[in-house]
Amino acid sequence: MSSEEFCTYETAWCPGCGNFNILKCLKQSLEELGKDPHEVLLVAGIGQAAKTPQYLSANSFCGLHGRALPAAIAAKIANQKLTVVVNSGEGDSYGEGGNHFIHNIRRNVDITHFVHDNQIYGLTKGQASPTSNEGTVTDVQTEGSINTPFNPLLIAIAAGAGFVARAFSGNPEHLVSIMKQAILYKGYSLVDILQPCISFNKVNTFSYYKNRVYKLDDAYNSYDKITAMEKAMEFGDHIPLGVIYQEEKRSFHEKNKVLASGVPLVDQQQEGSLIEKYMQEFI
Amino acid sequence: MYNILIGGAAGQGVDTTCSILEKLLKQSGYHVFSVKDLMSRVRGGHNFTLIRFGSEAMASHSYILDGIVAFNQETVELHRHELKPDGFILCDSQLSVEGKDVIKIDMNAIAKKLGNPKVAGSILIGAILKIFGETLDHSRTVFAGAVKPEYLAINLQAVEIGYDSTAKQHAHNGGAYGAWMLLTGNQALALGAMAAGLKFYSAYPMSPSTSIMEYLAGKMTEAGIVVEQAEDEIAAINMAIGASFAGARAMTGTSGGGFCLMVEALGLSGMAEIPMVVADIQRPGPVTGLPTRTEQSDLNFAISAAHGEFPRMVIALKNHADAFYQTIRAFHMAEKYQIPVIILSDQYLADSSATVEPFDVRNSQVYRANDVLTDGEYLRYRLNGEAVSPRLLPGTSKGFVSADSDEHDERGRIIESAEMRVQMMDKRLSKLKKLEAELKEPEFIGDDSYDTLLIGWGSTYGPIKEAITILNHQTIHHFSALVFGDVYPLPVKRLNEKVVQAKQIINVEQNATGQIAKLIREQTGIMCTSSILKYDGRQISGEQIAAQVLKGGE
Repeated sequence: MSSEEFCTYETAWCPGCGNFNILKCLKQSLEELGKDPHEVLLVAGIGQAAKTPQYLSANSFCGLHGRALPAAIAAKIANQKLTVVVNSGEGDSYGEGGNHFIHNIRRNVDITHFVHDNQIYGLTKGQASPTSNEGTVTDVQTEGSINTPFNPLLIAIAAGAGFVARAFSGNPEHLVSIMKQAILYKGYSLVDILQPCISFNKVNTFSYYKNRVYKLDDAYNSYDKITAMEKAMEFGDHIPLGVIYQEEKRSFHEKNKVLASGVPLVDQQQEGSLIEKYMQEFI
Repeated sequence: MYNILIGGAAGQGVDTTCSILEKLLKQSGYHVFSVKDLMSRVRGGHNFTLIRFGSEAMASHSYILDGIVAFNQETVELHRHELKPDGFILCDSQLSVEGKDVIKIDMNAIAKKLGNPKVAGSILIGAILKIFGETLDHSRTVFAGAVKPEYLAINLQAVEIGYDSTAKQHAHNGGAYGAWMLLTGNQALALGAMAAGLKFYSAYPMSPSTSIMEYLAGKMTEAGIVVEQAEDEIAAINMAIGASFAGARAMTGTSGGGFCLMVEALGLSGMAEIPMVVADIQRPGPVTGLPTRTEQSDLNFAISAAHGEFPRMVIALKNHADAFYQTIRAFHMAEKYQIPVIILSDQYLADSSATVEPFDVRNSQVYRANDVLTDGEYLRYRLNGEAVSPRLLPGTSKGFVSADSDEHDERGRIIESAEMRVQMMDKRLSKLKKLEAELKEPEFIGDDSYDTLLIGWGSTYGPIKEAITILNHQTIHHFSALVFGDVYPLPVKRLNEKVVQAKQIINVEQNATGQIAKLIREQTGIMCTSSILKYDGRQISGEQIAAQVLKGGE
C-alpha cells in the first residue's frame, strides 16, 4: 500500500450523477492497489466524464474530444512506469474517438480505459450518444433515435481486446473489483461503466439499470471467446456485469523491440556516435 | 557541368538505375543533384529523374539536357526538345528513335541473355559512365551496397558490357566531393530529428512524407526510437503530443491533407504548452491534388492553422543541409518555448538528392528544461512573469503534472475566471515576442549593387540562387535575392533594409496566389512589384526564373 492517499477536489457534476461513485471507486481502486499518485497518469478527452482527472490528485492530461487514447498510449510508450488510466464518456470514446478505440485495441498498449456510459450526451445537454437505445427521444432525435446502438463490448472482443468488462456505478463494490482487475491487466483493458445521467436521460435511470443488471457468476467462462461474444450481445431486460472476456496477450511493450527491455523510453540514452555512423552510409 | 534525364515507365527500374548512377558519379568526385518526377502510380506512366553533376557545387536542377537515357519511347518524345544541340540520346535498339545523336544498345536482349532482364539498367549505367569519361573503379563497392550479393556478379558484368559498347564523348571534369554525402531532403530531415534526440515518431503514410517514417523505421531498434504508424493523422499528432508530455522528444510528419486533420491538436500543443514538431512535406492541393508532385502552397495554412490564438513557429527548409540543421533547431525551439513548431518542406526537396558536406553534429544540443522539482507544489503553468514555465515530466518527482486543453489555472485545472484567462493568454502569446529575438533573417544572395530584388522562401532557394547567377551574367541589370527560412514569425529586419534600393521586387513562389508576398505586405506594408508563380506541380528551375524575370514577370 502506498502511504499517500489520492485527494479529491470539488466537482462540477450534477448532484446524483453516476460520476461521483465512479470517481470514488477509482480513488479506492488505485489506493487498494498501492499506486503512488505520482506515478499515475489520468488521461481524458472532453465531456462530463472526461473531467474526472480534474478531481483527483495525480498527473493528468485532459486533451481533445475523442483523442484520449492516442495521447494515453503514447504517454505509456514514453514512460512505462506510469500507470495510465483513461476516463471518458461513450461519446468521446466510441463516437468522436471510434477509430482510436478500434485501433488501440489492436495496439494493446498496457493502459486502462474506463468508459462512463450513460447512453446520452451530457456536456452538450442531451443528444443521442453512440450507445443510446433506439427510440431515444432528444432535442435532436425528435422522433427518437433510429440508429442501432453501438455495442462496445462486442466490438472490443471482435477487435481482439484481451480484457473486456462491464460495471455499474450503482454497485461500487463490484465496480472497484472490476477496476482493479482492469488496472492489473497487462494490456489494453476496457470497462464500460453504466451510469445514470440524472439531467438528460430520463429513461436509462438509476432504477432502470438497478432493475436490469446482474453479476456474472462463477460458472461463467470469461476465457471463451464465443461465449463472451454471446454474453456481450445481451443488453435489455437483463444486463450482465463483470469480466465478459479475458485473454492473456503480449502487450505492445513486450512486442516492441525498443521497449521490451523494460527501460522507459524517456530514460534510454542514445549512443552518441550513431549519427556519424548513419552519415557514413550516405558517403 | 552535365545534366542528363533518365526516363521510363514505373516498374522499369528508372529509380534503381538512377540511385546507383548518382552514387557512382558522386564517388568519382562530382557534386550531384538529382530530382525525381514521378507519377502517382505503381506501374506504367512516365517517370523520370534529372541527374546533374559537375566539379562545382550546384544548388538545384535544370531542364537543359546533355543527354536523355530512355527506357521507353515516350521519354524521347516528351523530352527531345530539352536536349542541347550536341546532346545524346541513349536507348534500347528496339526503340524507333532516329538521328545522329542516338546511341542504341541492344540492352534488353543482352540482359535477357545474361539471364536477368532487370540488369538492363546496369548496362545503361555502364554506357553512361563511358560516355562521360568515367572509369569503373567504384562499380564494385557501389553495386555491393545496392544489390543483393547473389546479383552482384551479373550486374557488374552488365555494367562492363554497357561500358564496352559505347564511345567516350565527354571528359571527366574532376571534383572533390567523393567524401561528401548524397542524400534526400527527407533523409536529412530524419537524421536531424535523430540528432535532436527524437524518441517517438508517429505518422500516417502520405506522399511525400512517408520516406521520413521509412528511414526512421529502418533505424528504430538501434537508435531507440519508437516509430508508430498511426490509424490516422489525428491519432499521429495526438500520440506525438502524449509522448512529448511524458518526456519523449516527439515528432509527426505528413503532407498538407494530413496536416488538415492535425490542426485541432496543433492548438492543443499551443494551449497545453507541450513541445511538438510537425513536418508538413507539401504537395499540390487542395485535397488530393497532385500526390507525387511539388508545391509551396501551405504557407498561409501553416501559419494560421487551428482556431483560437496561440504561439507557434514555422520554419521552411531551403535545402538539404537546412533540412538537417533546421530540424534540430525546430526541436530546440519547441522545447525551449513549449510550443508547436511546423517544418515546411515539399516534394521537390524531400525527394531530390543532393551532395552535402557531412553534418556537424557537435552543436546539435537541444534545449532541455530543468525538470527537477525544487520545493513546494509544482505548478505546470506557473505565472511568474516569464513566458515559459518550468517543465516537469510526469512520474519523475513528487510533483503532479497536469496538462489541459481547457483554459486553466497555474496547476492546470479548468477555470472560467476572466482574470486568469487573460493572464494565461498573455503568458502564452508573450512567447512570440521572445521568439522574435531568435529568428533567422532571410538569406541574402548577390551583392549590394542590385536594382531588382527577388524574394522567395523554402525550397526555391536553390533555383533562385542559380537564377541570380544567370541574370547577373546575362544582363546589365543587377539582381539580388532574399530567401526566407523562418516564415513565422516573419523576420523583417533585413527585408526592410534590403528593399530600400530595389526598384523592382519580384516574389518567386511555387504557388498560385503569392503567399509570401501577401505575408510580407501584411507584416510590413512592402508590396512586391511583380510575381513569378508556378503551380503546375513541377519545381521551377534557375533558368526558368531568369527567363521569366527577363520577360518582366507577371
